[in-house]
Amino acid sequence: MKKANKKLSANLITYGIVIVAFILCQIAIAGIIPGFKMTRSLKGQLIPICVYVVMAVSLNLTVGISGELSLGHAGFMSVGAFSGVIMGMWLNKGMGVENELLCLLAAIVVGGICAGIAGVIIGIPVLRLRGDYLAIVTLAFGEIIRNVLNCLYFSLDGSKLHVSFNNPSIPGKLLVNGPAGATGVNKMATFEVGFVLVLFTLFVVLNLINSRSGRAIMAIRDSRIAAESVGINVTKYKMMAFVTSAFLAGMAGALYGLNFSTVTAAKFKFDTSILVLVFVVLGGIGNIRGSIIAAALLTVLPEMLRAFSDYRMLIYAIVLILVMLATNNPTLKNAIGRIIPHKAKKESDKA
Amino acid sequence: MKKFLVAVLALVLVMTACLASAEGAIKIGVIGPMTGAAADYGTSVANGAAIAVEEVNAKGGIQIELNVQDDEHDPEKSINAYNNLWDWGCQMIVGTVTTNPCIAVGAQAYEDRMFMLTPSASSTDVIADKDNVYQICFTDPNQGSASAQYISDHTLGTKVAVIYNNADAYSTGIYQTFEAKAKELGLEVVAMTTFTDDTTDFSVQVTSCKEAGAELVFLPIYYTPASMILQQAKAMEFAPIFFGVDGMDGILSIEGFDTSLAEGVMLLTPFSADGQDEMTVNFVKKYTELYGNVPSQFAADAYDAIYTLAAAIEKAGITAETPAEEACDMLIAAMQELEITGLTGTMTWAATGEVTKSPTAVVIKDGAYVGAQ
Repeated sequence: MKKANKKLSANLITYGIVIVAFILCQIAIAGIIPGFKMTRSLKGQLIPICVYVVMAVSLNLTVGISGELSLGHAGFMSVGAFSGVIMGMWLNKGMGVENELLCLLAAIVVGGICAGIAGVIIGIPVLRLRGDYLAIVTLAFGEIIRNVLNCLYFSLDGSKLHVSFNNPSIPGKLLVNGPAGATGVNKMATFEVGFVLVLFTLFVVLNLINSRSGRAIMAIRDSRIAAESVGINVTKYKMMAFVTSAFLAGMAGALYGLNFSTVTAAKFKFDTSILVLVFVVLGGIGNIRGSIIAAALLTVLPEMLRAFSDYRMLIYAIVLILVMLATNNPTLKNAIGRIIPHKAKKESDKA
Repeated sequence: MKKFLVAVLALVLVMTACLASAEGAIKIGVIGPMTGAAADYGTSVANGAAIAVEEVNAKGGIQIELNVQDDEHDPEKSINAYNNLWDWGCQMIVGTVTTNPCIAVGAQAYEDRMFMLTPSASSTDVIADKDNVYQICFTDPNQGSASAQYISDHTLGTKVAVIYNNADAYSTGIYQTFEAKAKELGLEVVAMTTFTDDTTDFSVQVTSCKEAGAELVFLPIYYTPASMILQQAKAMEFAPIFFGVDGMDGILSIEGFDTSLAEGVMLLTPFSADGQDEMTVNFVKKYTELYGNVPSQFAADAYDAIYTLAAAIEKAGITAETPAEEACDMLIAAMQELEITGLTGTMTWAATGEVTKSPTAVVIKDGAYVGAQ
């Protein structure tokens, strides 16, 4: 009972951090308190931060909770981004739905569903395999989807949607123009929706972790043989984690796609998958709260370093290395343990 | 954690201190890729613009202050760079250098009423439905049809092969208009092969061009893959005329690239560094002295962009105190009436933001760009 309460309070802290951060941002945007006003540069990054937080938390579900290395998370994001953009623009321009919030929400749901379907398609053959195969196949999936998207053309002719492969001459106005991507997209995304999406992601992931299914998923991660021996359906639970992760990534992708007036497949390269993986690793594998903080800080950091101009990527890399060294330093851990006693106890529990 | 927050806050303070600026100067922001795969374009633009600003300031009339921000050729980073400039109090933008970031920033700038003059983002999407975005360079469709026209007019070859990047908007855009125009002019496209961003082995593409007996290979691509194609064609002893567009510009400044491989390569660009007019000679001399290499078309475009803006600012009577929104409308009005003779030719602008000027072809001879006759 005591343990359950502890988990609940830990989860509440995570929600609390997000909500407090949101309220602080709103105060800073409004500029109520003199001297505490958000710069335009930071304000512009709020939605990308929400997107990357959702991406990191959802990837943590695959990597940290389910214990499978996925290197194609950006692939799911791109599926969500493109399906979301097409859905949003079709509703707005084709069907004449004036309310952009409604279009955005529909786009996010559709983006999530499409990415979820992609997750099922990839997951069925792959999750039955053992070892590192998932990493290799997700990597391949990320590359395949990017190249397929480069050849896709969607156009809007009145309320009709046309699709073609490798042939731009289709009737109507091009929505998605092959390698040029989607251009002229309405900027529908708002920070408020991004915030709700982060809360929704946390709600889904934290509840999944603390449920019967979540315990089964973690049991499989810790020992597949032991889990199988007590009758846990390995493929089913792995699928559950993987598809949920893909679904959430698709939602993040849709929000991302509708935040800029252009979105291209080239954005969702291997680099982006690795970037999200860096958030997860830096925040702590399996640590949801860490993922949120790491994703937010590492998204803002390169912008903070603009004053260093050409050296900023170098400094960014050095910061990454230092953080990794510092968080794994036993002396530092002891020092923290002295200040916050229960942390030290936790460490000794682990050891 | 607390210490980290303090450090971050300190950093922000330092940055704001850095951004404190000179009195009375008009603030122009430059956005482009200073790092990453397209860095050559961004740095060329920044260098060219810096030279022009220095010259304009030296004249003593309008004073310009330049702030260059990196966007890594990524729309997301480009928006960040734009917002950063907005915080700085930027009044107008020269940029962005590459197409997709320019579309993203253009939409935001349209909302904010910020005037943009892009030296090199050549897609028609850049200026579509926006009255505040103007171009110094040709649009992609123009480049494709102008290339076909040039090849046909100068009878460079009737059997044409094309290698293009079908994962790139710029390359695909030019190819599509080239193909249409080539058909119209009776050029025979004997081979058409594609590649994507990550391709490093072009043997398949080059072989198919060779087997089809192409006399001319049209490369509407950027310089990095082009350099590899030239290398591999040489290895296969395949030596047709290689014809490029403005993305090929910069091929001579790739580190470690054997410039003899590019001997005889033709490219359609509005600027050639061996021009004999006083303006070009001065610019090339200054650029070479300062940065150690011969300026590409991007540098020239940026140089012209600054002079165009300076002329427009003068015409519209904009001062350092004019807010960006007002400056935007004043500049739009002024741009329509301007006729600028710069490094890249004599330019006038339509209300859409599209430029009118005539293209010239250059050929690479002895490791330098030379005007083709």
